[in-house]
Amino acid sequence: MAEKLAFDLVAPERLLASLEVDMVVAPGVEGDFGVLPLHAPLVSLLRPGVIRVYEGDEVTKRVFVAGGFAEVNGRGLSILAEEAEPVEEIDPEEARTRLRNAEEDLADAKEPEEAERIRLERAVAVARARLEAVEQPV
Amino acid sequence: MPSLKDLRNRIASVKQTRKITSAMKLVAASKLRRAQAQAEASRPYATRMAEMLGNLAAGVAELPEAPKLLSGTGKEDVHLLVVMTADRGLCGGFNSSIVRAARQRIARLRAEGKEVKLLCVGRKGRDMLRREYGDLIVDYIAGVAGKRRMEFADARMIAEKVSALFDAGEFDVCTLIFNRFRSVITQVVTFNQVIPVQPPEAEKPEEELGAVYEFEPEESVILGELLPRNLAVQVYGALVENAAGEQGARMAAMDNATRNSGEMIHRLTLTYNRTRQAQITKELIEIISGAEAL
Repeated sequence: MAEKLAFDLVAPERLLASLEVDMVVAPGVEGDFGVLPLHAPLVSLLRPGVIRVYEGDEVTKRVFVAGGFAEVNGRGLSILAEEAEPVEEIDPEEARTRLRNAEEDLADAKEPEEAERIRLERAVAVARARLEAVEQPV
Repeated sequence: MPSLKDLRNRIASVKQTRKITSAMKLVAASKLRRAQAQAEASRPYATRMAEMLGNLAAGVAELPEAPKLLSGTGKEDVHLLVVMTADRGLCGGFNSSIVRAARQRIARLRAEGKEVKLLCVGRKGRDMLRREYGDLIVDYIAGVAGKRRMEFADARMIAEKVSALFDAGEFDVCTLIFNRFRSVITQVVTFNQVIPVQPPEAEKPEEELGAVYEFEPEESVILGELLPRNLAVQVYGALVENAAGEQGARMAAMDNATRNSGEMIHRLTLTYNRTRQAQITKELIEIISGAEAL
């Protein structure tokens, strides 16, 4: 497969990665999807999860994102992530604490307003996905 | 005629001022570099966001159930102006040019019979607008503009406030007022209407990319997520531009001040030396004429 996929990972504050790769598997809200070169144009929401970058058959890079958007067009794949960090840089202990804190925050909030509840639940979901990301084998 | 002592004090004090202004200039220069790098780094996200929004908005805008953030409330009676200034002064015309533009806009909108509300970001803008339009200010956010590093979370916080006001039906049109950084000496006051979203320029007809997108989930759901995010991105862009502009303006202002105090020191030293010589001459004349009289 001579053709490569141009993959950009961007956060609001900076461009995190701009690579030529063979395949990217991204966590869409309706299930993970793989993007190969010449993929049909697509816009998808992402759930908190792990982006896997493949070179040949090997996963060369795993990045955790807390959500965002993926766009595939004729130029390649761009992922606009809100919060992104390489999986190997996440400390499992810290991830566990963060999940516990988020769950406590949600449990402590008595009769929160709708917007507040959504925010807290989201924080829990992000923290859980982050912990799963670091615990699951490559 | 000031005495020699007065002149000496004066020179000493101007020298101190010069030290301060030149130090401030150096600090501003280094902060400017950082702010510029940040503005640079935030651009890829903003451009891609705009592209994606353009692709999506084109298909959805006509639908009746299009999100309010995109289509507006159908009225434009109440305007919210987000006036973004610095928290600190001593940066030339930076703050006052924003405030002046805001005043003009307020006057014009009022003349058209519209209601105006203000949200001030940055202390200086609030201070300057408070006296005249204090009753229009609905909210005030401080401590963001002065930060060492702009964080996206700050922008999100502001954006959330704005959308909360919007959801509560407090206004129909929202415009950001900030300084766009063009170069160290020029900052351009910019109005950016963020609600309802101005559709990005019809772009790149040569690439027929936008035609056959697949959406997952539906367009409207994605748009619902994308629009609030876009608001935050716009606010963030404005904050970052403003931060760079502030430092640029301060650097230029302090450079000027340093040069002016240099000139002043030169002038004062000249007067000081002349006065000193005149006094010596006078004393000599007194002595000589005294001796001759004997």
